Amino acid sequence: MYTTHLGHSCRFLRASCLNPISRRSATSAAEAPPAGGHLPSVATSNLLQVMRDAALRTPGITWADEDPSSPARNIVGGRETRKMNTYQAVRDAMSIALLKDDNAVVFGEDVAFGGVFRCTMGLAEEFGKERVFNTPLTEQGIVGFGIGMAMLGHTAIAEIQFADYIFPAFDQIVNEAAKIRYRSGGQYNVGGLTIRTPTMSVGHGGLYHSQSPEAFFMGASGLKIVIPRSPLQAKGLLLASIRDPNPVIFMEPKILYRSAVEQVPIDDFELPLGKAQVLQSGSDLTVLTWGTPVYHSESAIHMLSSPPPGLEQHIPNSLRGAKIELIDLRSILPWDVETVTESVNRTGRLVIVHEAGMTAGAGAEIAAEVQRRCFLKLNAPVKRVTAWDIPAALHYEKFLVPDSIRVVDAMIETLSY
Amino acid sequence: MASLARLRLPHARLPLGVRAIQTTADTTQLHTPPSDHSQPFTVKLHEDSFRSHQCEKPELEVEVSKDQLLTMYRQMQTMRRMEMAADSLYKAKMIRGFCHLAIGQEAVSVGLEHGIERNDRVITAYRCHPFAVMRGGTIPGVLGELLGRQNGMSKGKGGSMHIFTPTFFGGNGIVGAQVPLGAGIAFAQKYSGEKSATFALYGDGASNQGQVFEAFNMAKLWDLPCVFICENNKYGMGTSAERSSSNTEYFTRGDKIPGIQVNGMDIIAVLQSVRYARKWAVEDQKGPLIMEFVTYRYGGHSMSDPGTTYRTREEVQRMRSTQDPIRGLQRYIEDWGLATEQELKQHDKEAKAEVDAAVEEAKASPFPTDEHLWTNIYQKGTEPPFMRGREREELHYY
Ligand SMILES: Cc1ncc(C[n+]2csc(CCOP(=O)(O)OP(=O)(O)O)c2C)c(N)n1
Ligand SMILES: [Mg+2]
Repeated sequence: MYTTHLGHSCRFLRASCLNPISRRSATSAAEAPPAGGHLPSVATSNLLQVMRDAALRTPGITWADEDPSSPARNIVGGRETRKMNTYQAVRDAMSIALLKDDNAVVFGEDVAFGGVFRCTMGLAEEFGKERVFNTPLTEQGIVGFGIGMAMLGHTAIAEIQFADYIFPAFDQIVNEAAKIRYRSGGQYNVGGLTIRTPTMSVGHGGLYHSQSPEAFFMGASGLKIVIPRSPLQAKGLLLASIRDPNPVIFMEPKILYRSAVEQVPIDDFELPLGKAQVLQSGSDLTVLTWGTPVYHSESAIHMLSSPPPGLEQHIPNSLRGAKIELIDLRSILPWDVETVTESVNRTGRLVIVHEAGMTAGAGAEIAAEVQRRCFLKLNAPVKRVTAWDIPAALHYEKFLVPDSIRVVDAMIETLSY
Repeated sequence: MASLARLRLPHARLPLGVRAIQTTADTTQLHTPPSDHSQPFTVKLHEDSFRSHQCEKPELEVEVSKDQLLTMYRQMQTMRRMEMAADSLYKAKMIRGFCHLAIGQEAVSVGLEHGIERNDRVITAYRCHPFAVMRGGTIPGVLGELLGRQNGMSKGKGGSMHIFTPTFFGGNGIVGAQVPLGAGIAFAQKYSGEKSATFALYGDGASNQGQVFEAFNMAKLWDLPCVFICENNKYGMGTSAERSSSNTEYFTRGDKIPGIQVNGMDIIAVLQSVRYARKWAVEDQKGPLIMEFVTYRYGGHSMSDPGTTYRTREEVQRMRSTQDPIRGLQRYIEDWGLATEQELKQHDKEAKAEVDAAVEEAKASPFPTDEHLWTNIYQKGTEPPFMRGREREELHYY
């Protein structure tokens, strides 16, 4: 039970803290949580594609072997999918990139051994040590080196072992990678550079293994930032990132490496950058999120319509029928203003959920833009559910990052404003 | 214990004619047995205990005393027990987060402490538990921190990599980040005219971070009393020194800063070299020095690494059985007639009892309360009026 030592402080849940409902059963309202642990809301999620057909018809998918200018076909015959978790899907994408592009290389700390999260497992054996290699421990060097390679038109797929370690490379990313096209008047670019890095919390990562630094890079025009929510999304978005003609930071939510499992097409395909995806449509409130909290938000929506016994008393009957729209932003920079504002103009209410702290988190930028573009349609202030503005300390992590309860609480507040 | 083999580690790319450093733990010789055990006596280190770069090697003759050797034995044994206790607590899922143990490297933390003075300063990376205790911390305080309890040395707010004392600046999780801090601390010591030095430790992997070289330059430019210590345990996570570093002679990597390489498995060699370094930096005011302790970690990099995918089990086994710093010192103590095997066993028992009691004390300490969430972010009295909380309108007002 993870409410033991701080549980009494959760005001909204106070009553339910006293009676024996567990937080865990609350986060997976539909079914009992899996015995293996992980993130219960992922294990029971409806957002993960378990059927081949649905996986092959993923919205926005483009196949590398189809001419993008020819009319979209709806035939998926002949294509196969395979069950993969997120690290396997990431590996699959890199394997395709290495196979199809002789100038592509993968490098980073310990990647030749498979990497901390096994994303590069076997790639060195398959493609050779000249193409998949360990670097010294030098984040600034890794990114600078990748920038140099990319300036010669090569495809540099760099790994920063944890997003928390990206800060030594901050200057290279913000001042060099992001600005080189501009400051050379278009003579040079580092479109071939992709920086992969594991992000977000794992439950007990502590100060330097649980941060979500995406917003630090939001002001660096020239960069793209992508955060996938699932294996299929990771593969398609990573291939698109590697091939995008701009430098991309690709942040992989580390708790999803193993816990998110999906049918993933084995062919070469991409999903579009800069495009959000509406995962569930609704007319009363928009929940906008990315990465791990996609699943907490899904659980929260379920909780709102059919509250588990311990929560019933807190969820007004009048709100249970509310139609909630759930959007996965996927690209943080540039973010899909169109999809988000179109949605909020319909629903009139927006809740933004992210794992980074609130102050100057990505939600701040989005909220500012939404209030400008949707001002007259808004029925409630834009609500942000985020981490607190404190360091990610060891024992507080579960209380630091948003969970379903906090999301449901925010939805109730926004709906009843 | 006469079976301890004299094993030399294969040293890659050593130029012809250059002798490799010894990493045996038990090759120090006693010439004249002490007649009176309360008096210091002299022993002689193996001639390959040191190599140097742009400076003299430390003397091989070392003055030691029975008391000191027994204390070092007891401390190394206690540190190993503490790390083993952390290992079990981690496996029992009571310690969460990231946890790096220094089993095998005890001669460095304990030997360092015996060669420096109380007002010297020490800073290292995340493999920090023994240093924290040696620098005035407590075992319950370290274990409590690992367990995230209120009795932890950082009140349970940091965890394994975040432990400090007034003369020990952590416990630093970002690889290489502590090294320039060491130069800054040394500058402050020099500025205030203190007769002391800073010992800034980092790993063979960390030695490739740009800021390490930046710190070297500042320290030499301003002649700071900073001793940079590379704990070369041959691997940075899964990458061997040879694969990460174009120059694996870490003691030669300081450009104009002289360096010495030291057998980091023989605590007497460590002690002698630290005395040398302290004299260099403090008494002789010769500016910075680089030291490389050649050592070995027995376990994995952290708790999630079995430690056997990038090195052979035989290699680990060989190091454990032939070059163990604790068994080496044990052999000196027995061979030199300073204590019997039974007496040392008594020390082992006491070390175990001390750690067992510390485990219980730490486990009994409560977790931090939610009030602690809002403390230590800003200086008391200078905070913003409030900070945001986690639930609806939950704000913390200072
Ligand atoms: C800036 C940064 N990059 C990467 C890491 C992940 N990491 C932690 S320890 C380590 C290996 C360091 O090896 P070394 O310096 O030899 O020290 P050792 O662990 O052997 O004591 C790595 C890559 C980190 N903590 N910080
Ligand atoms: Mg090392």
